[in-house]
Order: sequence, then C-alpha cells, then structure tokens
Amino acid sequence: MKCGIVVFPGSNCDHDVYHVLSHVLGQETTFLWHQETSLEGCELVVLPGGFSYGDYLRAGSMAAHSPIMAAVRRHAEAGGRVLGICNGFQMLLETGLLPGAMRRNRDLRFLSVDVHLRVERDDLLYCSNYRRGDVLRMPIAHAEGNYADTEEALDELERRGQVVFRYVDAAGRLEPVANLNGSERAIAGICNAGGNVLGLMPHPERCAEEMLGNRDGLGLLAGAVAAGGGRVGALAAAGG
Amino acid sequence: MTSQDNRFVARVLVYPRAEVLDPQGRAIEDALGRIGFDGVRRIRAGKSFEVALEAEDERQATEAVDRMCRQLLANPIVEDYTVEWVSE
Repeated sequence: MKCGIVVFPGSNCDHDVYHVLSHVLGQETTFLWHQETSLEGCELVVLPGGFSYGDYLRAGSMAAHSPIMAAVRRHAEAGGRVLGICNGFQMLLETGLLPGAMRRNRDLRFLSVDVHLRVERDDLLYCSNYRRGDVLRMPIAHAEGNYADTEEALDELERRGQVVFRYVDAAGRLEPVANLNGSERAIAGICNAGGNVLGLMPHPERCAEEMLGNRDGLGLLAGAVAAGGGRVGALAAAGG
Repeated sequence: MTSQDNRFVARVLVYPRAEVLDPQGRAIEDALGRIGFDGVRRIRAGKSFEVALEAEDERQATEAVDRMCRQLLANPIVEDYTVEWVSE
C-alpha cells in the first residue's frame, strides 16, 4: 500500500514512521511536504508527531491550515485512511476531522513515559491485529494531550463507539492514576464515524520492533496498511 | 470602535471556557497563594491578540474578526473569545 507521511516544519517523528512502514512492514512509503497540494496517490496518509510550527497558538492549529490539509480532508471524507499520531492527532482535532480539543496536561508537565492502553474496538482495520480488551504498552511524549469536549459530545462519541484506546493500568483497569494527562473519560485515541480516520496520542512507531524492547505498536501500523476494500471498519453496528 | 481611513484595531481576548479545567490558571492561582496573596478567588490564563486590519466599515471589520476567532484564534470547543476595539 502506498503510504504518505506529511512533513511539517517541526515534525520529528516522520522518519520513525517511515522506518516502520518502509523497512519493517515493506510498504512503498514517501514523504509529502506540507506545501504540496496532492497526496500523490497515497492510500494511507500519516500525520506524524512533533511540534509543527513550534506549537504556536495551539498545538496542531497552524498545521491544520497548511496547503496539503485540503487534500487530506478530501481523502478522509472520501473514506481514505488517515492516521494522526500525537501532534498529528492534535491536527485532526484542529481540522475538525475528529471531534474534541486538547488542553494542557492536567499537571502542566510534558509527559514522556510508557503508558498502558486498552483496545476498545477491534472491528477497525487499524486494530485488526488486536482484540478488544487487549492492554498495550506504548510511549507518550506530549504536553497537550488532555482530551476535552462537552459532556454531550463525549456521550455521543461513546454511543457511536468512536473511542478506540483508553489509558488504563497494567491490568487494564480504568484508574485515575493511569490517566496521566487528565483526559476526559481516559481517552487516548478516537476514530471518526467511518472508522477511516484514527488519532491517538501514544506513539506506536516508537514501539514496533523487538530490538526496542517493545513491539506492541507494530500491530497498529500493520493494521493501517492491511488490505481491505471499502469502508475501514464500518460503524453500522453501532447504530449511529 | 474608532477608525481612520477604514483602519481598525481589535483586541481579541481568548480564555478557557468557564466549565473547562484551566490547569495553567490553577497553577498560577496556587502560586499566588504560596507567595502570600490571600483572597484570590480565581485565575484564568488566556491569550490576547491585537488585530490591525482594513475594512470597508465597522460591520465588515466586526464580521472579519469574528470569523478569524472562530476559524483560528480560538478553539470554540474549549475557549471563549471577546473582541474589544482600540485606537491605534
């Protein structure tokens, strides 16, 4: 599958994603500069982590208005796969491709630490290598990952089954102490209604090889490039 | 609102919405307490922008700044904004 990684000024996880998609998973992978207006036929578009535009104004807000984002939006709206990791997730929120917003972490600290995530959906292509309830270990590295939305919007997100990952303890339990950044409902990752756009704060690309001591994230990137036509994990069953 | 040759200056104030936890404001509030300022009831930490623009009239200027706020300067999900007009 042809994969494109969008590079913004300040992106710093673009090469990590490239390494996993290209060298570990053997996919045709290319970088797409944010000033471009074409996705060059890429089927999977990755918005990588980093500090695009130095996090000016709000994390992801400047990148959300980059020239290439119009093409990313069209791709997403046509059912194409878009994966936003960390700063890429923040961009998806700022573009409105995913609902909600990020606040500063509850304790105002930049958090660079391994966390545990519980897989809430396994009917998405992205999660096709996991089972619902699986507990994954992945690193986070962010200052603005404290997910927020109105109570009504959060209820709607839950009702439509759009919460894909939650912060839990090692045993998979929802514990306030495991939700380090203070996210509403311990949300670590969400998808859009079609299931083709996924955003998450943790970094699967940093834990995708045994050599690194953890390959829990490989399944997610492998799922992102898994063959599968039509909609990516339709939400029809959720009744929303 | 004042204008000279259709030039306007807006001061945009952006604050976390009242019901949204403002960790930054909370930390400053705690710090003020620690250095002896009793009686501080609340701190909200926000941002301000000065927008100097040209527009045909006041209505157009108001509309333009409002659109800027909604599309970029504020994130309406977690922030509220107010606009004041100032003289240059």
